Amino acid sequence: MRQIFGRPASLTDVPMHYCPGCTHGIIHRLVAEVMDELGIREKTIGIASVGCSVFAYEYFNCDMQQASHGRAPAVATGIKRVWPDRVVFTYQGDGDLASIGAGEIVHAAARGENITVIFVNNAVYGMTGGQMAPTTLLGQKTTTTPLGREARRNGMPVRVVELLSQLDGPAYLARVSVHNPKMVNTAKRAIRAAFQAQLDGRGFSLVEVLSTCPTNWGLTPVEALKWLEDNMIPYYPLGEVRTPSSASRQAGVPAAASTATAPTPAAFGATGTAPATRGKEGE
Amino acid sequence: MARVTFNEQRCKSCELCVSVCPQGIIFLADEINLKGFHPARVTEMDKCTGCAFCARMCPDQVIEVFAEGGKPVHA
Repeated sequence: MRQIFGRPASLTDVPMHYCPGCTHGIIHRLVAEVMDELGIREKTIGIASVGCSVFAYEYFNCDMQQASHGRAPAVATGIKRVWPDRVVFTYQGDGDLASIGAGEIVHAAARGENITVIFVNNAVYGMTGGQMAPTTLLGQKTTTTPLGREARRNGMPVRVVELLSQLDGPAYLARVSVHNPKMVNTAKRAIRAAFQAQLDGRGFSLVEVLSTCPTNWGLTPVEALKWLEDNMIPYYPLGEVRTPSSASRQAGVPAAASTATAPTPAAFGATGTAPATRGKEGE
Repeated sequence: MARVTFNEQRCKSCELCVSVCPQGIIFLADEINLKGFHPARVTEMDKCTGCAFCARMCPDQVIEVFAEGGKPVHA
């Protein structure tokens, strides 16, 4: 018998500090598997954010830098511009990316920086104890919305992928989930496509991964996966919103036309796959 | 023929592997590990098909899967 599944080489052997059933561990492994499969571990630099994933630098077996709250895309921009031949990715939560870091992510995307962003959305501030995040769903109870989020008082949840899809900079935008093994495989394909877009020099890529927070949602890990499927996916539809082949910059289509044709995420594979041209790094 | 191994000291009893096992052969042990969690364990290993669903869903890299002539999912 031979081993068909195990810890990828791009993950260290350090036990993770995440709560039981937190899907951060799954997403870490997917990123590490993609690094292994693309053979880029030795030239990858990851940027850890602030939040539960702040210790990502302990878990990824590649060079890592830790950024201040929300500033990971700005730090990644600097590193990528100094070392254009390296693969640079950030790993950020929704409190970090969609709230305090909203300015950084929008402008990194608008500039089309050739970096990859892994955006973990669990609809709550995890590390600080379950406060309302920009991505908290309407009616969702958190410590700062004990009666549930209300549109009139708290505004509507932010859909980051759709927000960034209004810009011309991003080459790859997708939203995936990890609530069952099939979706875990789909998520891995999306993360791989995002890294491939960077390797091909296509520009900014972001994968939003819907995640759970059993501790702050007050559910068991298995119930939390069900809650994600029943509540988050209807508001945050899954799919690829932008692929390198559909990006307006490649086709020379005016920006207004491109945004009009892709208002909602397309099913996976519907918009075609990234052209497999390698070696354009550093253009 | 397939086999799964659990690094029991890393397990946090989240039961995600239990919930996705199509054969229903994973359960939590009665005893606890050094962290104080009941580690996941397989009772009837001969029923394991090596689908690696449990390992895919495990957030703590507890599970390794071995199979006869199987195609590596990720190893």
